[in-house]
Amino acid sequence: MSGLSIRSLSKVFGGLTAVDDVDLEIPGGKLICLLGPSGCGKTTLLRLIAGLEEPTDGRILVDGQDQSGIPAHKRDFGMVFQSLALFPHLSVAENIAYPLKIRGVERADCESRVQELLRLVKLPDAPRRRIHQLSGGQRQRVAIARALAIDPSLFLLDEPLSALDANLREHMQIELSQLQKTLGITTIVVTHDQREAMTMADIVVVMDRGRVLQAARPIEVYRKPANSFVAGFIGSSNLIRCRRVAADAVEAFGRTIPVPFGNGVSSAGVGDAMLSIRPEDVVVRPDLEKAEFRGSVEFVRDLGSSVEIHLSVQGVTLLSASSPRDRPNVSVGQTVGILLHTDRAAITAP
Amino acid sequence: MNPRREPALWPLALFPCAALTVFFVFPFAIMLAVSFHRRVEGGFFEPAFELSNYLRFLTPFFGKILATSIGLAATAAIIVVVAAFPFSYILSRMRRRAQSVILVFILSVLSLSEVIIGFAWSTLLSRTAGVGNLFHWIGLVETPRAYTPGLVSLLLGLVYLGFPYAVLVIYPAVSRLDRELPEAARMSGASPLRAFASVTLPIMRRSITGALILVFVFTLGAYLLPQVLGRPRHWTLPVHITDQAIFQSNIPFAAAMAMFLLLVSLALVGLSLIVGNERQGAST
Repeated sequence: MSGLSIRSLSKVFGGLTAVDDVDLEIPGGKLICLLGPSGCGKTTLLRLIAGLEEPTDGRILVDGQDQSGIPAHKRDFGMVFQSLALFPHLSVAENIAYPLKIRGVERADCESRVQELLRLVKLPDAPRRRIHQLSGGQRQRVAIARALAIDPSLFLLDEPLSALDANLREHMQIELSQLQKTLGITTIVVTHDQREAMTMADIVVVMDRGRVLQAARPIEVYRKPANSFVAGFIGSSNLIRCRRVAADAVEAFGRTIPVPFGNGVSSAGVGDAMLSIRPEDVVVRPDLEKAEFRGSVEFVRDLGSSVEIHLSVQGVTLLSASSPRDRPNVSVGQTVGILLHTDRAAITAP
Repeated sequence: MNPRREPALWPLALFPCAALTVFFVFPFAIMLAVSFHRRVEGGFFEPAFELSNYLRFLTPFFGKILATSIGLAATAAIIVVVAAFPFSYILSRMRRRAQSVILVFILSVLSLSEVIIGFAWSTLLSRTAGVGNLFHWIGLVETPRAYTPGLVSLLLGLVYLGFPYAVLVIYPAVSRLDRELPEAARMSGASPLRAFASVTLPIMRRSITGALILVFVFTLGAYLLPQVLGRPRHWTLPVHITDQAIFQSNIPFAAAMAMFLLLVSLALVGLSLIVGNERQGAST
């Protein structure tokens, strides 16, 4: 269970800053997801940790040991690549045994370890098969087994599930997360899929333009996004321009709305801000008497598992989501009352 | 509604079939027949069926010529592939624009004939106008000298001739190579050199074998370069074929030698394919 410290790490590619002064403390044995849109620097950060890229500035410490100057092949990490990078000229067993063979592990030990790994990734019958004979999910498992072969101190995965179809991906997310908990190995997964991050991660690290915007437990990132980018990237969120008038209140839609907590309450002063409120916390009421706000229904979308209503409140579009059981009986064009559960909303920087 | 009928496409295949027959099979058959004909001294040849043309190969003289031809072609093929592989690898990692400029240049070399290449190299390596003067000028050698004719200058010419073909075969395979494969080997603990030897090279084996065979067969057919850049002892079988056909007017013997050269190169190509497949099978 190796802990990882990243100290003011930067990587510049010919004038383009891919990773910009990142500081990160990752406790041992956890699964960390680096989450962000493409080009946010998450893959570069992973490759810096792996040793496949040299940092321009800063340090990486594994268990307190500085990794600067240690080449990738001497770091004893396991990595699953986006393309999986299975060796096409080798069989399944030879692929998994490759890291063992490189380290001069005896043949008999090699074979028993390969058997053990194949059982671990639930592919016990495949050792003699060729890579091109495997399905996408099976290849995934072989790549994971190869990365875990040497009991690495860090387990790194670069968008490992992106090649799989949606159903299989969800299944593998759960399996990968269970596998990580069984082994207790410090794991870093790069993903652009927020659902994947929410499913697997102990800690989600949200990145944009080479910077870490927030590193916290998934539910914390969801409930208390550090800024409007995080709020918009993790799930869908209504972002309402507002003016902060007190530590626990904002002014929006011409009214003062109390907001019980907001991230960074103490630091941020009075001024322009964003009110982030999740669609499930926007409740539509057909009766107008008790409503705080009024708005008109613009679009209704019934997704089976939930019902989405697009509302227009004083020119601002709000999204409301409710379970089918609580589906309000409204139709497009109707004026409805709107209730905001501001106790679960957050005030963020604009 | 009737399903639309596919127009019959087989007549289209007639043209290539006919062209192949007229321009390839017929001349080949004529050559095969001529190789058994009898030469008429001071004249041409007359129809016959005799094996004497083939029996002349069994002399040590022709054995040596055959060994020289195969040795030269094999050496050139190996040098070309050893040079073309890293060249293609570096090329495939350059910027798109630079890649196409260099590729166009390499391909334009293909338009040069053996004659031009031969005389260009012969001039370049000569005493009077050659690179030796440059060496002398920068103080590398005492007096400028000629580097041609000789084995080295002949090999240089053959390598120059074969190089673009090898790049043509190796470059597409190298640029298709998944860059994460050597990285995966490195993350598995392999040093860059070991990653190259245990992953990149085996994956590229097919195109390397292909380039070797192509350049070997191609340089085996070279008949001008050995005369322009080599000494008489470097003269290859094709040179002797030319000599017999044109200067000795012994068309039947030239035809027999051509048949022999064809069979030998076919056998070598077949052999290398079998060896390649066996190794493929062994790793399964």
